[in-house]
Amino acid sequence: MTNLTVEASELTRLYGGREAVSNVSFELKQGEVLGFLGPNGAGKSTTMKMLTGNLAPSAGSVRICGIDMIENPKEAKALIGYLPEMRPLYKEFTVDEYLTIAARLHRVAGKNIKKAVETAKERCGLTHMSKRLIENLSNGYQQRVGIAQAIIHNPMVVILDEPTVGLDPIQIRDIRALIREIGGERSVILSTHILPEVEMVCDHVQIIDKGKLVFNGGIDVLKRQRIGNKLLIGFNQAPTVAELLKIKGLTEAEVADNNMMRVRFAEGVAPHEAIVQAAVKNKWGLYQIAPDQTSLEDVFVQLTYQEIEPEAS
Amino acid sequence: MILNIARKELKSVFASPMGWIILALLMFAFGTYYLNGVNDYFEVMSGAIRPAERSGVTQFVGQNVYGLASFIMLFAVPLLSMRLISEERRNQTLPFLFSAPLSLTEIVLGKFIGLVAFLSILIIYIALMLFTLNIWTDIDFGYILANSLGLFLLVASFSALGLYFSSLTSQPVVAAILSFIALFALMILDRFFAGDPSSTMAKLSLMRHFQSFAGGLIDTADIAYFVLFIITFLTLTIRRLDADRLRG
Repeated sequence: MTNLTVEASELTRLYGGREAVSNVSFELKQGEVLGFLGPNGAGKSTTMKMLTGNLAPSAGSVRICGIDMIENPKEAKALIGYLPEMRPLYKEFTVDEYLTIAARLHRVAGKNIKKAVETAKERCGLTHMSKRLIENLSNGYQQRVGIAQAIIHNPMVVILDEPTVGLDPIQIRDIRALIREIGGERSVILSTHILPEVEMVCDHVQIIDKGKLVFNGGIDVLKRQRIGNKLLIGFNQAPTVAELLKIKGLTEAEVADNNMMRVRFAEGVAPHEAIVQAAVKNKWGLYQIAPDQTSLEDVFVQLTYQEIEPEAS
Repeated sequence: MILNIARKELKSVFASPMGWIILALLMFAFGTYYLNGVNDYFEVMSGAIRPAERSGVTQFVGQNVYGLASFIMLFAVPLLSMRLISEERRNQTLPFLFSAPLSLTEIVLGKFIGLVAFLSILIIYIALMLFTLNIWTDIDFGYILANSLGLFLLVASFSALGLYFSSLTSQPVVAAILSFIALFALMILDRFFAGDPSSTMAKLSLMRHFQSFAGGLIDTADIAYFVLFIITFLTLTIRRLDADRLRG
């Protein structure tokens, strides 16, 4: 399926002359999960507010399943489920009451409301909290109610602003599974600070910094950039750099801490075995050999604090 | 859709004891005045010898109760209207409404109708209470209906103004104080210009337009005034919320 669910073109938002978001364009297809990454104040939430019609863009347009958000806001909003950064919960209501109101306001037909509420509660693990006042729920459960509210009308696009904040690890796992599940048939956009989460959940990643899109691509591109062609090798009797570079395929080597050496190799060769054999032959005392992963944080920092580096080759 | 929002507002008034307490206290006050009115009627009327001094029991008791009601609403409405938008602003729940498939007009009208529906409970109660006089004597139904309509329009106008002030701030208390001051000024405006009956300023007074209803007279000019008053403040509220979306 190649239905475009979200088309944002040249979104710009000015706050008193300062561009909070400038020229952000992207598309999202049905069945994809898009992750929004970026440091604080980069414009993630502002972009999401514009996508959901909570904020009018200064320039550019948003189309949800082909419906323009500015021209037909009601029809477009009916296709969106949105959980803002601050959970919009009416704390004086019980979970059931609140979700019923949410269903009603999102035009779920009268006879389906009960079912929709039950389904949403089940998906978010809230069934045993039905009669509790939202005010008395723990932070994590309140977050779940927020998510339930966003998916109650089974929208085409679910937009979640930092959905896993305040949840315990088990809940986070459940919510991630839920996001994947929704992402299977609908589209999901989520923003987060937790980088591994993006890798686990998203198909596409956008990194936004100072209002500009600095990276937009599949998660595999990011992963490749992250893993690179690098090895971290530990020797008891470390050879010199020159000795090591005699091994075929190695392009670069440097000494790291604790008797470790970091080597880069050319694309398409697997020098691991040659390194082990050379180590045995020359009695370098090999005790460790492992791919050297740049952490996602490093990639993130690279992308947001410098120009995009050419991919390691 | 408008009704769904109104329902939500009503539900949230009754979700806390606040709604019940306000209803109970106000009804107690109206009931007391009603009782006093009935008691005083015989005393006053037995003292009134000339026919011109006499008035019907409906008017005598009605004046008592409706006079109090219009005055008490001046305090009650700001207390109830203050939370309509400013509390949502403070709790950051407005995105919930803004991202639902609703227009701003629907949101504002829904909130307005929700509050007016709550206050209508009181108006209906007062009318029913006065109707019970019919058990002992023939009463003037027209007088009560005119007063009820007048009180309804007055309360709706208060609510529209309160809703607007609630949309201006994120502090419910500030909203309550502002709307109380504004309402009070509008109520007593005609006192200031009492010397000049043709003054335009005096015509703006809410109380002056309520007076004809209080006398049992349904005047389209007064209805038009109240309706325009309500429309003005609801439009201002919608514009204020729209500014939120545009300016952020």
